[in-house]
Amino acid sequence: MTMMHYEPHVTSDGRTIGNTMMEMKNITLRFGGVVAIKDISFDIREGEIRAIIGPNGAGKSSMLNVISGFYKPQEGEVWYLGEKRGPMRPFEVARQGIARTFQNIALFEGMTVLDNIMTGRLNHMSASFLDQAIWWGKAEREEVANREKAEEIIDFLEIQAIRKTPVGRLPYGLKKRVELARALVAEPSLLLLDEPMAGMNVEEKEDMSRFILDVNDEFGTTIALIEHDMGVVMDLSDRVVVMDYGKKIGDGTPDEVRNNQEVIDAYLGVAHD
Amino acid sequence: MPEQLVFAMEVSLNGLMTGVMYALVALGFVLIYKASGIFNYAQGVMALFAAMTLVGIQEGRVPFSHLINAIFGTEVHHLPWHSVPALFAILLTVGVMIAFAWLVQKVVFKHLVGQEPIILFMATIGLAYFLEGVADLMWGSEIRTLDVGLPQGINLVIDETTFNWFGYGFFIDNLDIVASVVAAILVAGLVAFAQYTKQGRAMRAVADDHQAALSVGISLNFVWILVWSLAGFVALVAGIMWGSKSGVQFSLSLIALKALPVLMLGGFTSIPGAIVGGLIIGVGEALFEFTIGPMIGGATENWFAYVLALVFLVFRPQGLFGEKIIERV
Ligand SMILES: Nc1ncnc2c1ncn2[C@@H]1O[C@H](COP(=O)(O)OP(=O)(O)O)[C@@H](O)[C@H]1O
Ligand SMILES: [Mg+2]
Repeated sequence: MTMMHYEPHVTSDGRTIGNTMMEMKNITLRFGGVVAIKDISFDIREGEIRAIIGPNGAGKSSMLNVISGFYKPQEGEVWYLGEKRGPMRPFEVARQGIARTFQNIALFEGMTVLDNIMTGRLNHMSASFLDQAIWWGKAEREEVANREKAEEIIDFLEIQAIRKTPVGRLPYGLKKRVELARALVAEPSLLLLDEPMAGMNVEEKEDMSRFILDVNDEFGTTIALIEHDMGVVMDLSDRVVVMDYGKKIGDGTPDEVRNNQEVIDAYLGVAHD
Repeated sequence: MPEQLVFAMEVSLNGLMTGVMYALVALGFVLIYKASGIFNYAQGVMALFAAMTLVGIQEGRVPFSHLINAIFGTEVHHLPWHSVPALFAILLTVGVMIAFAWLVQKVVFKHLVGQEPIILFMATIGLAYFLEGVADLMWGSEIRTLDVGLPQGINLVIDETTFNWFGYGFFIDNLDIVASVVAAILVAGLVAFAQYTKQGRAMRAVADDHQAALSVGISLNFVWILVWSLAGFVALVAGIMWGSKSGVQFSLSLIALKALPVLMLGGFTSIPGAIVGGLIIGVGEALFEFTIGPMIGGATENWFAYVLALVFLVFRPQGLFGEKIIERV
């Protein structure tokens, strides 16, 4: 499939799509004999919502894990903000301003919703605890600022009612929302969402779609998300990468991808859920 | 008031003080276990090592002097000074314990990430015996007296007060009182650290979920060095208290064996559990020895704690404050 020429521009709804933020070059990832990602290249532009779609086991989560440093590809290069990234551990990637959620939700089950969200601010706290012991005033101001940011995100995602609830007690849909809150509160430049709507009912899906659009629109956050549901993807995203059996079989705007024969075949051939 | 009851009160009070010591050692276990899932068999030896290091520095000994003398044919034993101020020596020892934590993480556990708990446990057994050897080699194996200037001997205020009340003066050691106060401050400090500081919160996050912790930018490696350092610090405090009481010698490392029933009782993941468990065992074994002990020939302290813990285990496997284990089916 030929790539349409894609330049920085302003979308019909007034958002700005800028220069390349992240570029994956010829990424190959293997697990023993299984090739999860096979020589894939694509880019993510500043300000866009980039979707990765494909059937189960296509390698989507693996790709997100490569971006966030959880998996190390055997081949290929990752470029972020114009610089080639060396081997990086997940916490270092997070500190570069890349936040994420997980397909299977990774929350601190023993903490309250608010405490979970506050962990997203850890990298906005001053470096040393000696500082905190000595400069009570400074530490307190910082704490207040972090709390304010957390409350702002809590309001934004409409989860005021469960602020003090231990996360372990929440239903699935709300957990997904808390996980998003924890990622957002870090004020990331790039937000990675692995199936943010999986397992949700129609109403929850609509809420989540609205939140994702609002995050992109109001905070200007660049988003890369994985989604199963074609319909949702077409509504949300500016551009789509399609994966199947570890290979990239399509890349372009939702319209381009929808009309691509290989994509149609992949989806009809392995249509499960 | 009946005489026996008054005696029992004195025994309980002393048991409570001993319990504080048990709690201190158990606390070291809990810190590491929560954050990394490692049951650190070496915690007791760490207390011994810390106490030996402290005495060694205080007395101005040259570390590894036997080894140095054997290799180079020299006769060095002491540094030019003979008594280093206690506070300075303690600070230096803290430094040594931090270096130890860093080494343990760097050399051993960094390479065992993701291994089965039993393998991690085995590694700590190896570590325990290795550290014991290092302690010997570094400072020699003679029994030392440790004196950092803590008050010792009977507390006269308590003695007098209880005499006025009951016509019998309680014997409570000043050192035990100091130990309790220090332990209370230590626990309060740890709790504050975990609640309010960046590093403390990172520690709690890692204790809860590794993946989630990574995703918010926490370095697991850093947190693990941190908890080993904290456990080393707790070991030092325990080592100072026990060492001041009964001298610095090999048996100090056996206090770890007292921590096990405390953990069975209090749960491996709970700081309040370690404290309450320690107190229950301390009081329980003292009272048992006092009441039942004479009838069955005494020396029940050696095993009573384990019986108590076992009975408890049958009824509440997760411990007093441990999280309830619910099998998912
Ligand atoms: N940690 C892992 N170890 C071994 N194999 C893995 C691992 N993660 C993913 N895989 C394999 O890689 C392939 C792609 O998986 P994944 O990226 O989860 O697909 P998707 O998210 O598109 O459903 C699958 O065959 C899967 O079994
Ligand atoms: Mg997946």
